[in-house]
Amino acid sequence: MAAEQKYTEATWPSSPERATLEGKNKFLGFWLFLGGETVLFASLFATYLALKDKVPSADHALAKDLFEIPLTFMATMLLLTSSLTSVYAMYHMKNFDFKRMQAWLLVTVLLGAAFLGLEIYEFNHYVHEFKHTFTSSAFGSAFYTLVGFHGAHVAVGLGWILTLMIRNAKRGLTLYNAPKFYVASLYWHFIDVVWVFIFTVVYLMGMVG
Amino acid sequence: MSTYAQKKGIGATIWDYLTTVDHKKIAILYLIAGGLFFVVGGLEAMFIRIQLAVPNNDFVSAGLFNEIITMHGTTMIFLAAMPLLFGFMNAVMPLQIGARDVAFPFLNSLGFWLFFFGGVFLNLSWFLGGAPDAGWTSYASLSLASPGHGVDFYVLGLQISGAGTLIGGINFLVTIINMRAPGMTYMRMPLFTWSTFVASALILFAFPPLTVGLFLMLFDRMFGANFFDAAAGGNTIIWEHLFWIFGHPEVYILILPAFGIFSEIFATFSRKRLFGYSSMVFATVLIGFLGFMVWAHHMFTVGLGPIANAIFAVATMAIAVPTGIKIFNWLMTMWGGSIRFTTPMLYAVAFIPSFVAGGVTGIMNAVAPADYQFHDSYFVVAHFHYVIVGGVVLGLLAGAHFYWPKMFGTMLNEFLGKITFWLFLIGFHLTFFIQHFLGLMGMPRRVFTFMEGQGLETGNLVSSIGAFFMAAAIIILLINVVITSVKNEKVGNDPWGDGRTLEWAIPSPPPFYNFKQLPLVRGLDPYWLEKMEGKKGMMPAEPIGDIHMPNNSFIPFVLSMGMFIAAFGAMYQVDDKPWAIPVLILGLLIVFGSMFIRSIKDDHGFHIHKEDLLDEDDKEVKA
Repeated sequence: MAAEQKYTEATWPSSPERATLEGKNKFLGFWLFLGGETVLFASLFATYLALKDKVPSADHALAKDLFEIPLTFMATMLLLTSSLTSVYAMYHMKNFDFKRMQAWLLVTVLLGAAFLGLEIYEFNHYVHEFKHTFTSSAFGSAFYTLVGFHGAHVAVGLGWILTLMIRNAKRGLTLYNAPKFYVASLYWHFIDVVWVFIFTVVYLMGMVG
Repeated sequence: MSTYAQKKGIGATIWDYLTTVDHKKIAILYLIAGGLFFVVGGLEAMFIRIQLAVPNNDFVSAGLFNEIITMHGTTMIFLAAMPLLFGFMNAVMPLQIGARDVAFPFLNSLGFWLFFFGGVFLNLSWFLGGAPDAGWTSYASLSLASPGHGVDFYVLGLQISGAGTLIGGINFLVTIINMRAPGMTYMRMPLFTWSTFVASALILFAFPPLTVGLFLMLFDRMFGANFFDAAAGGNTIIWEHLFWIFGHPEVYILILPAFGIFSEIFATFSRKRLFGYSSMVFATVLIGFLGFMVWAHHMFTVGLGPIANAIFAVATMAIAVPTGIKIFNWLMTMWGGSIRFTTPMLYAVAFIPSFVAGGVTGIMNAVAPADYQFHDSYFVVAHFHYVIVGGVVLGLLAGAHFYWPKMFGTMLNEFLGKITFWLFLIGFHLTFFIQHFLGLMGMPRRVFTFMEGQGLETGNLVSSIGAFFMAAAIIILLINVVITSVKNEKVGNDPWGDGRTLEWAIPSPPPFYNFKQLPLVRGLDPYWLEKMEGKKGMMPAEPIGDIHMPNNSFIPFVLSMGMFIAAFGAMYQVDDKPWAIPVLILGLLIVFGSMFIRSIKDDHGFHIHKEDLLDEDDKEVKA
């Protein structure tokens, strides 16, 4: 079976993620899954916009009191860079350079973990400095649900990429695991795109009121 | 194959079904589980009609009545109609496109077990403190105020089974796009495959809003969030929007595959090519597309304003156009055909006037000002039962009779089938036709009783009598199934004699690898084409070779059970039960542990060798 065959740089196909039927199915199925995920986040965005700044009384913090650009800008840069490094990893995957791919994936994971750390710090800050919690208001519920869903996706992505890296550390690239690396990187890009929208809709639009 | 099956004990058979990834066995699982829930939902319907048979009845209490109507709707839509359709999709669609299995056999099994455990979880509510009682739409203002755990069962049960449905939808889409046999172009696909394709696309985009809505409800009820609580700034209309953005496409997820089944039946028993095939495909896609543009017609009386109401009213009426195209195409397929009135064909013929009646009241409801009168009355109950029972359930019954020989290798008794048909059709119209008038006379839906002297007695009694006809029909169908299974008279490839599509070109039931050699498809209705040229079967598109098959797996069952366990933990942590959080964590550990094992264990499947396939050929010749 082609999936278990050993390859060299010369025999490695140019689109290894789609070289087998299983790979083709994974590739298409994952794109469709991302379509569904898009609708999921669209629903969360709509809910957030409907409930933005909806608080029970005037002493609750609003978006313009809470958000600060320096922190979220840093988080944005970390995640955007991690998307770039995952592209490098896929570039090396296509060139059958397993070591470099693993190295760039490790950089991706580290950047993603740093992003997650910033997010945890940010949530902690809102809860303790502004008493802005999940249960304090509809605004709080909507904010933590939207941004928290994204954070949970980042955490899942980190676990996924790490599992792939460790599982395949000793056996290198095959047509069996190449599609797995590829769809994990697709997922990572998707998380990044969602964050661009969160940065715009939640933070930038939050600053202007 | 038969000697192999006889050797297996009952335990081995059960283990086989618990771990199977074969689309044909998963289809049987869907049929059994969906059939079971259909009977449960039907019993609930009977309780409703017994309670409403006479005025001031006290057969059930008002609170129990609310639980029964909620569970009737939820069970019939999510746990009966959809799984039964998934059963036929699984059984037939891969055969129709000439594939050896679906694209993701493992996920196929996972989808089934998630649906099954979600459904069991929801129905356990009856024994654990009371079922949900806020209606199948579970509007937030009502469901947040519902005491006990009923609505929690609804939220968590639907969340689990909804995940299974989404997985199934993606699986079917990829299967149809990537796994068609040589020559099977998109415009040669049978209509049932096309409608599976469109319904799966609807599932992909309609279920995520439900997922979000259920999450918000879950957070509000179980974790103290305030999405729908107006006192904390929340907005209860958000639930209605999310629910109906899912809920309206859901109606088309149900009806389109039923349309597909009927299209196959009309062509087969009129012995004619389906009239206007390309316009049928076009109409199916258009209905799917428009289905997303009309959700607010369920919310005309919410107060969205005249502009929103007008837009959604016009969009709703527009759906009548592609649906009308389909109706005329079916009529023209029969026109000039050499028609055989088999049981499936009787259902198909009866479906047209029944469904058109439901469509006409649909247009009446779409007129926003008139809807202010119809809203929340029995007129609406009559309307949606005309489309769901007159469309989907007739389609399911027709499909059951039509595909039974392909799934089980033996024919349902035609005589009993026709009795089932007549009892069901008469009972259906008796039950629901008069409900239009009850509604127009002012009877509101979801009331547990009515008073004497308001002119509602006769109508309700007639309606209840009709329900007993339908129950009798289903009992006869079950008797038919038992008799047929006991007799077990084996049939050949094409038991109806007029099969047109690929599934009729292979044995009934098909071998587990479906096609020894992938068939070469030379046009629409490929098997019919070959038969008309005097050939016995399909021309192979490849020489006999090794066939790659997936391994069975127990992981889908375990993973789904993990979800089931976690749901109990999530629900009872509200009551500060000390064991609730550990149970939640245990369940999630099982879920993520299963995913982890699936990820790190290589599963390359196995090969059926060419020599074994050739051996089987020899045996067939000797036998």
